[in-house]
Amino acid sequence: MIERTFLLRHPSVMVFIALLALFTVGATILSEGFGVGLISTSFVKTLGKTLCLCLIAIAMDLVWGYCGILSLGHFAFFGLGGYMIGMWLMYERTKSIVVEQLGAAQLPPTPEEVREAIGSQIFGVVGGSEIPAIWMFADSLIIQIALVVLVPGLLALVFGWLAFRSRVTGVYLSILTQAMTLALSLYLFQNDSGLRGNNGLSGLQNIPGAENLSQDVISVWFLWASAFALGAGYLFAAWMVSGKFGNVVRGIRDDEARVRFLGYNVEAYKLVVFTVTAVIAGIAGALYYPQAGIINPAEIAPIASIYLAVWVAIGGRGRLYGAVIGAALVSLVSTWFTSGQVPDIPLGFYTIEWVDWWLVLLGFGFVLVTLFAPQGLGGLVDALVRNRQAIAAPPPTPAKSAEKASEAA
Amino acid sequence: MSSLLEVAGVSVTFDGFRAINDLSFEIGRAELRAIIGPNGAGKTTFMDIVTGKTRPDEGRVDYGEPPRSLLRMSESEIARAGIGRKFQRPTVFEQQSVRDNLMMALKNDRSPFGVMAWRAARTDIDKVADLAEEVGLADHLDRPAGELAHGQKQWLEIGMLLAQDPRLLLVDEPAAGMTLGEREHTTELLKRAAETRAVVVVEHDMEFVRRLGCKVTVLHEGSVLAEGSLDHVTANQDVIDVYLGR
Ligand SMILES: Nc1ncnc2c1ncn2[C@@H]1O[C@H](COP(=O)(O)OP(=O)(O)OP(=O)(O)O)[C@@H](O)[C@H]1O
Ligand SMILES: [Mg+2]
Repeated sequence: MIERTFLLRHPSVMVFIALLALFTVGATILSEGFGVGLISTSFVKTLGKTLCLCLIAIAMDLVWGYCGILSLGHFAFFGLGGYMIGMWLMYERTKSIVVEQLGAAQLPPTPEEVREAIGSQIFGVVGGSEIPAIWMFADSLIIQIALVVLVPGLLALVFGWLAFRSRVTGVYLSILTQAMTLALSLYLFQNDSGLRGNNGLSGLQNIPGAENLSQDVISVWFLWASAFALGAGYLFAAWMVSGKFGNVVRGIRDDEARVRFLGYNVEAYKLVVFTVTAVIAGIAGALYYPQAGIINPAEIAPIASIYLAVWVAIGGRGRLYGAVIGAALVSLVSTWFTSGQVPDIPLGFYTIEWVDWWLVLLGFGFVLVTLFAPQGLGGLVDALVRNRQAIAAPPPTPAKSAEKASEAA
Repeated sequence: MSSLLEVAGVSVTFDGFRAINDLSFEIGRAELRAIIGPNGAGKTTFMDIVTGKTRPDEGRVDYGEPPRSLLRMSESEIARAGIGRKFQRPTVFEQQSVRDNLMMALKNDRSPFGVMAWRAARTDIDKVADLAEEVGLADHLDRPAGELAHGQKQWLEIGMLLAQDPRLLLVDEPAAGMTLGEREHTTELLKRAAETRAVVVVEHDMEFVRRLGCKVTVLHEGSVLAEGSLDHVTANQDVIDVYLGR
């Protein structure tokens, strides 16, 4: 009942959920797996991945747009989520292959033989055959799913506790988060990190237990899973910022000292927001990488988190649909430009190759948005809606609107 | 002697400069007190110390009963213990409505998860309406605080202070930039607040202090120069020399 009144008071949330449902059903109807086959399976995967990026953009908007913490490290949490689910995918898939191979022999393989074979299959590329201790639970989907939430959450909790407790803010905090994601990525690049160094985890598109399903079908399943996660994430975020919690968090963004003197423990609030958004990022990553098929340490390079901030800035900070618009638009356009589908422009003396020049275009777009739409593209949507309303109905009298608001509250 | 706040022998040094120098000061449970003094006398720094923003180098700051030291408490703990503060420059949350500003200040659970699950009850809505009425903002509840006139922002901030239901109010230059009519309203607000709690007002405007009609403490170079009724301190030769005579 609470949720119903919540939705009624926030029609934009319902609009978003409706559009998302429409989009997902539409893509399913056009897909190869379940529909007429107008869009390719790889494009279905691109769409599904885009939804995951929209989800992490919502997390970024919560932490930056609402709480004012410019975290440039949230892709670390995204990547960790991907690694955690990737371990199960790769382990179980390798196990089924190994069991099949060994099954051809006359004697049934012992569990040790199976483990050894899995070890050399997975870690042969980094010159090992031992299964590292961190793969202890890799055969349990439940535990690895729990780790998708726990690992990013705990890292964020510890990092945030140290940083916020010492009152690190502003650009120093941004630098610290960059250092965190850089350190993590450098660590994972090492062969003895236990996660296959720069090879990363691969073959993640093959879902153990679903070997007889084609990618055409699996891709649509993941599209739906991503859409559900995005819808749930959006609802949760909208609920979180709609009440007094949202007001306190916005207050922290605008004047954290003042919030302190009102008796709120600012550090605790920041820690909650930072950790919750890290968990959301981890879930987004866990859904993204099975669709991407591969994850490696380059994914959590510092630049990735900077792009995330750019998406949210272009889309519009402090409004959830702004983050979604920014992430969807920029990542889709980026995929288009870098996929080689856009014809290069030969100038005679020089050829503009979009794979390289796309970034220039993005930078230019960023400057344009900053100059002409400082509220981002979401801000333009706001202005449009306001204009419509102003034309449709004369402004209500103050007494009326006060009445309405007290009813709502 | 039942004092609510006792400051004893407090000193603060900023880069070798002694902003507060062996300051001792006491305030009772339901008392209105004005603090005056020239620019840089340490009035704002005094409030910073009491509210936990600045840590003194030495001295004691005890509050409540039984007296507890404030020096080991964080800003938010001090605020929750019942000390409210209004800043020299009006600081309200400009992007949020007057209602939301007051709701945020209203005395309620302040823990993150408590606040997340919290939704306004009838009594909260009524309390906010009463407060808005009291500070003269009843017709502006749904406006963003940033749209308010300067004086109205000052009142909103006083309203937020009252919403916290503090036992000690520290008010830094509440009348700055106000018109005569607004000042009178502000005086009324503060006097009424002081009927049930302690209120400390820093103010430069002598006319305003006279209208408060309370005990006055004169600060100079970080310590108390004189204390007593306004007539008493304005007759003091030291006070005339450092403050009034200029
Ligand atoms: N954080 C700080 N760092 C260095 N010096 C400071 C700091 N805070 C205050 N001071 C200095 O301490 C002295 C006292 O300042 P304070 O703001 O308390 O004065 P005040 O009595 O409130 O003056 P005004 O009437 O101008 O508001 C001033 O000389 C000021 O420059
Ligand atoms: Mg001052």
